[in-house]
Amino acid sequence: MTTSKKNTLITLVTLAVVTVVFLICQVGINTGAPWMTSTLKGQLVNICAWIMMAVSLNLVVGISGELSLGHAGFMSVGAFTAIIIASWLKRGKGMDSSWLRFVISAVAAVGISGLLGFLIGIPVLRLRGDYLAIVTLAFGQIISNVIRLLYVTVETDTGALHMALKLGTGTPKLSGKDVIKGAQGAMRMPQDSTFVIGFILVIITLIVVFNLTNSRSGRAIKAIRDNRIAAEAMGLKVTKYKLMAFVTGSALAGLAGALYGLNQSSLQAGFFEYTKSIEVLVYVVLGGIGTVPGSIVSATALTILPEVLRAFSEYRMLIYAVFLILVMILTNNPHTRMFFRSLRTRIFGRTDEEKRRDRL
Amino acid sequence: MSEVKRRSNTRMVPFPSDAIVPERDLGKTPVLEARHLGIQFGGLKAVDDFNLTVGPTEIAGLIGPNGAGKTTVFNLLTKVYEPTSGTVLINGHDTKGLDVAHTCRLGVARTFQNIRLFDKMTVEENIRIGLHNSIEYGMFTGILRLPGYWKKEKQQHEEAMRLLKIFNMQDMADVRSGSLPYGAQRRLEILRALATGPRLLLLDEPAAGMNPKETEDLMETIVRIRDDFQIAVMLIEHDMRLVMGICEGICVLNFGQVIAKGTAEEIQNNPVVIEAYLGKGKGEAK
Amino acid sequence: MAQFLEALINGISLGSLYAIIALGYSMVYGIAKMLNFAHGDVIMVGGYIVFIVLNNMGMPAALAIPAAMLVCVALGITIEGLAYRPLRQATSLAVLITAIGVSYFLQNAAQLIWGANPRFFTIMNYGNIPVSLGKDQFNISVGKLCSVGVSVVIMLGLSFFTGKTKMGKSMRAVSEDRGAAELMGINVNRTIALTFAIGSALAGVAGAMLVGVYGVQLSPTTGAMPGIKAFTAAVFGGIGSIPGAMIGGILIGVIEILVGTFISTDLKDALTFAVLIIMLVVKPTGLLGKPIREKV
Repeated sequence: MTTSKKNTLITLVTLAVVTVVFLICQVGINTGAPWMTSTLKGQLVNICAWIMMAVSLNLVVGISGELSLGHAGFMSVGAFTAIIIASWLKRGKGMDSSWLRFVISAVAAVGISGLLGFLIGIPVLRLRGDYLAIVTLAFGQIISNVIRLLYVTVETDTGALHMALKLGTGTPKLSGKDVIKGAQGAMRMPQDSTFVIGFILVIITLIVVFNLTNSRSGRAIKAIRDNRIAAEAMGLKVTKYKLMAFVTGSALAGLAGALYGLNQSSLQAGFFEYTKSIEVLVYVVLGGIGTVPGSIVSATALTILPEVLRAFSEYRMLIYAVFLILVMILTNNPHTRMFFRSLRTRIFGRTDEEKRRDRL
Repeated sequence: MSEVKRRSNTRMVPFPSDAIVPERDLGKTPVLEARHLGIQFGGLKAVDDFNLTVGPTEIAGLIGPNGAGKTTVFNLLTKVYEPTSGTVLINGHDTKGLDVAHTCRLGVARTFQNIRLFDKMTVEENIRIGLHNSIEYGMFTGILRLPGYWKKEKQQHEEAMRLLKIFNMQDMADVRSGSLPYGAQRRLEILRALATGPRLLLLDEPAAGMNPKETEDLMETIVRIRDDFQIAVMLIEHDMRLVMGICEGICVLNFGQVIAKGTAEEIQNNPVVIEAYLGKGKGEAK
Repeated sequence: MAQFLEALINGISLGSLYAIIALGYSMVYGIAKMLNFAHGDVIMVGGYIVFIVLNNMGMPAALAIPAAMLVCVALGITIEGLAYRPLRQATSLAVLITAIGVSYFLQNAAQLIWGANPRFFTIMNYGNIPVSLGKDQFNISVGKLCSVGVSVVIMLGLSFFTGKTKMGKSMRAVSEDRGAAELMGINVNRTIALTFAIGSALAGVAGAMLVGVYGVQLSPTTGAMPGIKAFTAAVFGGIGSIPGAMIGGILIGVIEILVGTFISTDLKDALTFAVLIIMLVVKPTGLLGKPIREKV
């Protein structure tokens, strides 16, 4: 099987599996199946959002090879943009259709976070490795810090939207109803996200990332990751393609933010600090860097895991930490890897790649 | 060695005044003209007053002892380094201030001394990167899989296969390039460079690590590439059988300076060259 | 003017604390080529040890701080041996995630052992020196002044150690080229462990100072933010460089306090990070970092 055919197959199988899982969950909700607990039901939209985050970060870290620790910053920009637009549409303009509200605010969220990704990407993508990591982390912190100072109100009768940043000591005095109130965050926003919307957005994210990766532009992005100097020598515009991956990743994170933000009853900027970016990075690395299906599985599993571990109550985060360390050591230590490989060969025989290498 | 490979029938003629090109390239714009090219690292003049003219269908050789500055010359020609003095003309275009990618689009492609493939990508994908600027479609065409996507992908695939045929590597198209054996990696690098549609192909030690049989095949292929694509090839090589066998004009570099230029016969009998390679005492003894 | 001077002195003092933490990050990064995300949490553990020795055992600070250093060194070596050593050949991303795992582990273990309630203690109560400047008056805390002295002594000591002693030289050799150092008969594992030991000892001191001098409340997540700031400082000064960590730490501290005093307390983190970004974009390897040239 040729590589492009194999990639198409992986894409189709992934989309099919995601769809089947979605349908099973829908049936579970509609029939009130016992395994569809209220906790799980409450998590479904969030799981969709974290899958989108992991897949879009995988585009930046795995496909483009740039370690970003500020991904949650773009999610928060998307979330708060969507919250402002949706609240304004609902309370200021009296728009009743939650679907329409969601679409408009999601488009705005994608636009704003993509634009921000572009503006940040231009200076940042000149840096490499750990320097890039620390600067994206810094940007994420700046974003969260600025949103913490943001005050937004909407006037229900005129539909006017007021925004102000709190600089200095006094809280900005704005007329109208509060939408976002500084460090207290957003509240009473329209909860327009649904599981169906979440599913559709996951599918959109997957198609964008899969198709981009397996296209001319995606190959350029991967080539720059593998060997920047050679890519340049082949006439590739390095900055353009690094930006393309980074901006696409940011825009998708913004979309995930819109989904997440419009699913909560209240939301604070502090939620999206660097620790969240790191959590998403953990999903990506555990799922396998560069492998999209892996990101989906690990994002789902790790969002549910702390809930499952609730039985261990206070020990659950400790277990999570030990699990993380052990998985990293077992999958990356040369001795354990050798062990797993020989185990696999014993069970399944040699892979095509290994056979081919033997022949050459 | 066969006459085809040796090319001893080429007559080298002066052009423009201080350089030589094959007679058949006379009157055509040289693909490469380097004039008074030089670069300093700190206080060290790594390359100094380098002059070279390469005709549009010439196979040129750049030789010299280790550390003579041969790869630095390649880096100057491809604008990895901006020269501190002198000019590089590619097909008559000044490359001053251009970056590596832009210079490639002017028609210079290269391979690297320490192979630089896109390791995690397949052989075909590597070639497709070379085709990046000749068979184009945009990001959204790719994401939305518009008709242009399918058409151009097919074109890229066919072109990649055509190129792989040069070295009979079609059946390796789906192998990860990082897992290829050494010789195949070197050959893939040449094909990838060729895919960019260059007018001048720079090969940095193409025969390094190859056995005599492989080198023999490589010589034949380089000549064939030149004939089929009608492009110029300039190569750095330590294997003198290869250099003397196929290079028409040879330039010898030592300590960053050109110490001799001429045809294979002229270089072989040049006492300065012999001294540079063997040292003074041994040169006399010989 | 007096306000500026006071802010400047406070900034230098806070910066010297960042410098001590940054030294730990910078040395480990220089030698093990890894971003030890758990460093901040070792500081937190150090803080708790000081708290226990001071409050629960009623011992003096002169005993509590060495005890904290000792426990931190043991902890640092254990972490290195158990979690990082098996990943010596792994990608830097794998090591980073492991370090994050260690960080989670330490935070949650601390929460289980000591609970989430914030604790406080003081290790220095020598009062303040009043300074008059014309009509204005302000106070300089003796404790904070001492911490500047401590960090200068530490930096000089480390510079001497890496520059002149045999072990220090082997550390530098490992940081330059691990493979070559190993061929020269240097025990790479022991050298890296030594680096972690030194970094962790510094973390112990930093933990004592963070809570005892700067009055930061002690909780399982205490170390995270100073850790991030100090890492920023290390990058700012040029990671891997000892004077770089010192200068970077002090500059970040001064910027933070000046911004907080004169522009906005709410924006101090944002503006401090903004300065870091501008700095790195202008000079990508930090103030004293060596430029890396990729060989083609």
